[in-house]
Amino acid sequence: MDNVSDAVHYVFLAASACFVLGLHLMNHPRTARRGNALSAGAMAVALGATVWLVADEGVISGTGWLVLVTGGVIGAALGLWAAREVQMTAMPQLVSFFNAVGGGAAALIAVDDLLQTEEAALLGARVSLPGALDIVIGAVTFSGSLIAAGKLQGVVSGAPVVFPGARLLNVLLPVSFVAGTVWLVLSPDSPVALYGLVGVALIFGVTMVLPIGGADMPVVIALLNAFTGSAVAMAGFVLDEAALIIAGMLVSASGGILTKLMADAMNRSIANIVIGGFGTGDSVPAATGSGAPAQVRSVSADDVAIQLAYAGKVVFVPGYGLAAAQAQHELGDLANLLTDHGVDVSYAVHPVAGRMPGHMNVLLAEANVPYTQLKEMDDVNPEFPQADVALVIGANDVTNPIARKPGNAISGMPILDVDKARSVVVIKRSMGHGYAGIDNELYADPKTGMLFSDAKKGLAELKAAVGEFVG
Amino acid sequence: MNNLDLLTAITVFVLSVLVGIEVIGKVPATLHTPLMSGSNSVHGIVVIGAMLIAAESHTWLGYVLAFVAMVFGAMNVVGGYVVTDRMLEMFKARPTTEKKV
Repeated sequence: MDNVSDAVHYVFLAASACFVLGLHLMNHPRTARRGNALSAGAMAVALGATVWLVADEGVISGTGWLVLVTGGVIGAALGLWAAREVQMTAMPQLVSFFNAVGGGAAALIAVDDLLQTEEAALLGARVSLPGALDIVIGAVTFSGSLIAAGKLQGVVSGAPVVFPGARLLNVLLPVSFVAGTVWLVLSPDSPVALYGLVGVALIFGVTMVLPIGGADMPVVIALLNAFTGSAVAMAGFVLDEAALIIAGMLVSASGGILTKLMADAMNRSIANIVIGGFGTGDSVPAATGSGAPAQVRSVSADDVAIQLAYAGKVVFVPGYGLAAAQAQHELGDLANLLTDHGVDVSYAVHPVAGRMPGHMNVLLAEANVPYTQLKEMDDVNPEFPQADVALVIGANDVTNPIARKPGNAISGMPILDVDKARSVVVIKRSMGHGYAGIDNELYADPKTGMLFSDAKKGLAELKAAVGEFVG
Repeated sequence: MNNLDLLTAITVFVLSVLVGIEVIGKVPATLHTPLMSGSNSVHGIVVIGAMLIAAESHTWLGYVLAFVAMVFGAMNVVGGYVVTDRMLEMFKARPTTEKKV
C-alpha cells in the first residue's frame, strides 16, 4: 500500500531530524549523552518502521525474513559484545572496525542491487553511477579500515609498510577505478565490470593504508569515517531512500571536518595527505641543528612533588605515551590529590594526542577526570604563562618550541605553549625523539627539569611523594 | 519505488552536507571521539538498506549478500550507539565520589 510507504517515509524524515538534533546536543558534554540517546531512539523507530514497510510490501520471501532476522540478531549481538568489552585505549580500533562494516554493508547493497535488478542493462546512470561510486568508496573503506584497525591493534605492522612499486600501484589503481566505474555505468549488467571494480577497490584500500605510520592514524580514521558516510549516501541514491542520503552525508561532513582539523593540527594539507601518501617517512629531517647535545637538568620525584605541592596552578600535558603506559589513572589520582590540596589543575590536550580525534579526552574521562579540567589547545595556551608548573607526560613534538621557527620538520605545526610556563617538568624514559625525529628544545630550557622514568612508575612515585608531603 | 527524483535527491544531499558542517563544526574537541563513534552509529542506518535488499532478494547469492549486509549493518548500529553511550557516561563535571584505595 502506498499509505504505509508514505507513513514510513514520514517516520524516516522525523528520524533524520532527530539525528541532526542528536548531533547538535553533542555540543556540550552535559547534553551529549541525551543527544546520543535521542539519535539511538530515532534509529530504533526507523528500523521498526522499515520492518513494517517490508512486511506490508509483501514481496519478501520466507528465506528473506530468515536472512533479515538472523542477520540482524547476530550482528546486533556481536556489536553489543564488542561495545561492552572494548577498552578505552582500543577505541580507535573499534571505530575503525565499525567504519569497515558500515562501508562494507553499503558496498554490498549496491552489488546486490545491480545483481538483483532484472534487465540491469536498462538501468540508467541515475542508479548505476551512484551504484558504482558506492561500490568503490564502500570497498575501499572496508579493506582500508580493516588494515587501519589491524595496525592499531598491532596485528598489522604499525610502521609504514612500503613495498616496491607501491607508489606506482597507488597511481594505477585510481586510474582503473575511473575505467571500471565508467565501464560499470555503461554496462551495469556486466558481472566482470562489477566484480572487477570490487576487487580493485579492495586492493586500493589495502595499499592506501599500509604505508601509513601510527602517528598519522587520527587523520586516517577521520578520512575513512568520511568515506563510509559517502558510501552510505550513495546507497541512498541507489535505493531511493532520502534517509540514507541525509544520515550518510551528516557522517561524511563530520568525518571531513575532523580530517581537516587533524590535518591542520599536524600542519599538513589534506591534499598532501591524500595524494602524497601518508607519513611515508619522506620528510625525515636533515641535520637536527648544530652543536653539542643539549644539556638537560635531571630532577627527582621528591623535587617535583615539592614544586607541585607549592604551586598555585598546574597544567598537565598528556600525550600518547601516557596512554601507551596505561598511566591515565595514576595521573588522575595525582590531580585529585593536588586539587584537594587547593591547587588549580587543568589538562592541556593537543588535538592529535592519542590515536584518533579527541582520544586523550576519553582516556582521561575514564580516569575520572572532570571534563571542566580538559582544555583545548586554543583555550589553554593563554593560561601557560600563569602556570607555576607544566607537567609533560608522554608528549613530545607537540611541545617543541622549534615548531615556531621555519626550516624544520614540524615548522608551523600548532603546539602547546609549554615553554611559557614558569617551570616545566617532563616525565620521559630517555632522551629519545618523537615521531618527527628531532630534538626538543624544551628539554634544554634552563627552567625545565627532566624526570627520567616510565610514565606509570614516575607518576606513582610523584603521587606517593606528594601524598606524603600534603598528607 | 521511485520516490525520489534525481534533483530532489541531490538537493537533499547538498543540504545535508551543509547542515552537517554547521552542526558538527561546533562540537568541542573534548568530544571528538564520542562524536565520531556517534556519527558512526548514524551511518548504521545502512541497515535499512540491508533490510530492503533482503526483501527483494530471491536468489541464493542475493540472500548471502543481504545476510552479510544485515550482520555488518546491525553490528555498526548497535555497537556504535552502545559504545558512544559508554564513553559519554564517563564525562562528568565533577569527579564521582572518590574511591580511595
